[in-house]
Amino acid sequence: MAHLLEIFIASITSHNIALTYILGMCPLIAISKKVKTAFGMGISVVFVVTLTVFINWPIYNKILLTTDSDNIALLVFIIIIAATVQFLEMFLEKFAPSLYNAFGIYLPLITVNCVVLSVSLFMVTRQYTYSETVVFGFGSALGWTLAIVTVAAIREKLALTADIPKGLQGVGIVLIITGLLALGFTGFGGMANIQ
Amino acid sequence: MKKLIRLTYTKWFTIIKNGLVNSNPVLSATLGICSALAVSNRVDNAIAMGLGVMFVTLASSVTISLIRNLIPSRVRMVTYMVVISTFVIAFQQFLEAFYPSINEALGPYVGLIITNCIVMGRAEAFAIKNSVAYSALDAISNGLGYTYILVIIAIIREVLASGTILGFNVVGQGWTNWIVMSMAPGGFFVLAILLWIMKSFTNVGRT
Repeated sequence: MAHLLEIFIASITSHNIALTYILGMCPLIAISKKVKTAFGMGISVVFVVTLTVFINWPIYNKILLTTDSDNIALLVFIIIIAATVQFLEMFLEKFAPSLYNAFGIYLPLITVNCVVLSVSLFMVTRQYTYSETVVFGFGSALGWTLAIVTVAAIREKLALTADIPKGLQGVGIVLIITGLLALGFTGFGGMANIQ
Repeated sequence: MKKLIRLTYTKWFTIIKNGLVNSNPVLSATLGICSALAVSNRVDNAIAMGLGVMFVTLASSVTISLIRNLIPSRVRMVTYMVVISTFVIAFQQFLEAFYPSINEALGPYVGLIITNCIVMGRAEAFAIKNSVAYSALDAISNGLGYTYILVIIAIIREVLASGTILGFNVVGQGWTNWIVMSMAPGGFFVLAILLWIMKSFTNVGRT
């Protein structure tokens, strides 16, 4: 239990997937103008990541490894992710329209969010057990949400007050903000270990 | 002279210029920067990653351009995914067999070429509606545009972080390593400053 808690804390802070592994940058830059949309994107990522690792672990460990076909794992993972996202979109549209209206627009973007695929790939390279995988996936997605919401909050304030040099406007300043945030997160290093 | 001017209006010249300069994938649209920042702490990793992305973009663009009339538009995204991940697996197996140390260093980032927006972006924006030859040219110029930016970032970071380029010492004695440059924040700062310089003084990334 303590081990699971350590993985959870580490995946949010010292091994934050956005700020130490630099993953999921495209949406982090593109959808971080407003806190509200950033939060919506974050919650959708949490949901999809947890669901896909929940499906990918048994498929990888019980089917692909036992049939000695783990070299096509990439292909299987990406198809499962695409199918899960598609299914989730249809499910929400039919049974939870209010939820669909809030998060539906983010779902198609998530298939190409590297956070989702990378969590499955880390699961393979680190040889996690089932419970470790689910905790790691959930924690990583929460950590990514923390990063995108923080960046969005800083950008909202910055848009009102700051006088940014012309060449840095847009992407440039977001990279600087994220860099400073990543520098801050190195302070968590050594607090909790991921293995 | 006239010939030279006429040359600049041909389609293939425009494609090359767009990929390398005007709409350079990293500088103009900041596509594929996850891997651009994550693997650019050493020059050899950056070169391997750049070549990998170029190979996957080239192979998948050519394949998609070949079968572009057979793909129903509703399932085209899934088709791209399957084609791209097949070539990424091929590249991964190649690295594993011939360059195991680089494969070790790149880790899961090789697999993440699948979600590199450049590959899918070229398939969707160009290969699906152009002939094979132009698609191949477009893929190569975009891949090269990505690679040279990656290598520039990697050279800056490797020199500052460990005083070497490709393992050779270039700064001499008495150099203090900037450890932060080999970590994530260094990548963010170097790319931001590179963008700033390019946007202020050159035409690169200006569409």
